[in-house]
Amino acid sequence: MAKTHVTATINGEETEFLCDGQQTMLDVLRDEMGLTGSKEGCGSGDCGACSILVDGRLVCSCLMFGAEAEGTDIMTIEGMADGDKLHPLQQKFLEHAALQCGFCTPGVLVASKALLDKNPNPTEEEARYWLAGNLCRCTGYDKIIEAVMDAAAEMRGE
Amino acid sequence: MYAPTFAAPQSVDEAVRMLGADGAKPLSGGTDLIVQLKSGRNRPAAVVDLKKIPGLVGVEETSDGFVIGAATAGAQLGEHAGLVAAYPGIVEGAELIGSTQVQGRASLAGNLCNASPAADSIPCLAAAGAIAVVVGPNGEREMKVSEVPAGPGRTNLGKGEFIKCFKLKKPTANSSDAYLRFIPRTEMDIAVVGAGVNITRDGSSGPIKSATVWLGAVAPTIVEVDASCIVGTSLDDATLAKLDAAAQSVCNPIDDKRGTVEYRTKVAGVLARRAATIAFKRAGER
Repeated sequence: MAKTHVTATINGEETEFLCDGQQTMLDVLRDEMGLTGSKEGCGSGDCGACSILVDGRLVCSCLMFGAEAEGTDIMTIEGMADGDKLHPLQQKFLEHAALQCGFCTPGVLVASKALLDKNPNPTEEEARYWLAGNLCRCTGYDKIIEAVMDAAAEMRGE
Repeated sequence: MYAPTFAAPQSVDEAVRMLGADGAKPLSGGTDLIVQLKSGRNRPAAVVDLKKIPGLVGVEETSDGFVIGAATAGAQLGEHAGLVAAYPGIVEGAELIGSTQVQGRASLAGNLCNASPAADSIPCLAAAGAIAVVVGPNGEREMKVSEVPAGPGRTNLGKGEFIKCFKLKKPTANSSDAYLRFIPRTEMDIAVVGAGVNITRDGSSGPIKSATVWLGAVAPTIVEVDASCIVGTSLDDATLAKLDAAAQSVCNPIDDKRGTVEYRTKVAGVLARRAATIAFKRAGER
């Protein structure tokens, strides 16, 4: 089977990889690049644990072929912190204990970042609707929403 | 191991050639295709990504109206202020599909050609009289969006044909649309019933000059409601009751865990009334 050669920017670095026609971007990240922060929860776009940004847009990496990444700019959870300095969302998730098992957390963080990039001052309702595609079976969501709202306030300088 | 070939043509002609081959499938957002491919329900020999073709992604406002690339995602529709102002119902339908993540990928043409009777973006496209520009081995042709679905999972496109773009006419003064769907949850579910209504009023405070109403999820394809009973009126209660009855009369739904036949039929009448009321109000504001 002929593989597709892909060049994409992943977390700021120009990256090349080979993939076949049934590999999703999630497969590529986890199996080819060793970037295992993005998780496979459902593999069908229902749970959001594999959320990444492609050219700034939030998508499920399980619902995208790796070969589609040609020429795109991709951000995964591994690109969220600035070196050792956590992104404010990551810091607030720790402070609010907005995670338990942690499996959904990378996807929730990437989705939350996409929200705040687009809308720095969301209402709680907007945050809840935006994150409706990120399932968490541990926290009951309230702590996640509290952390997102607090991080948004801090990032606005309040 | 199964693996389709992957190609991302740069032109419509190249895509037509590739999709003429046996077992080739067009890819736009992939939110249905990739799930079907993984489950084994759909195993194309070749996946042809249309998104690198100029014009296949994006919304263009022209002097005649709008041209929407077939692979344009719902989120991109919502970011186009002109389209949101002209056809809020089409945009709200597209933006109800799946999660934020899915809306970043799922396209109008995919929603139409996956041919689910419950496809949220289709009733308002049909109500607006949207045209699908179809290309294939025999050249280009235009179809009404409402003529594309043939039944659950089936379309009236010929072998090798795919949709290039949608055309929407420039809305006349005092016209607007609305889409409502019912789901048992607040988000992330498939329509039990959907109703799309497009209304033109005779002046900003005048009665209805013309109206088109389409329902989703109550028959094997979307179905049109005879909306003649609301033309010439300003939607008083007696008129809305007639619309309710007209909507119920065209329903031929399935009975499943998300709604019985009786329930879906009743909800169809309710949503037709409510969507008409919203579209009527919006039309007065334009």
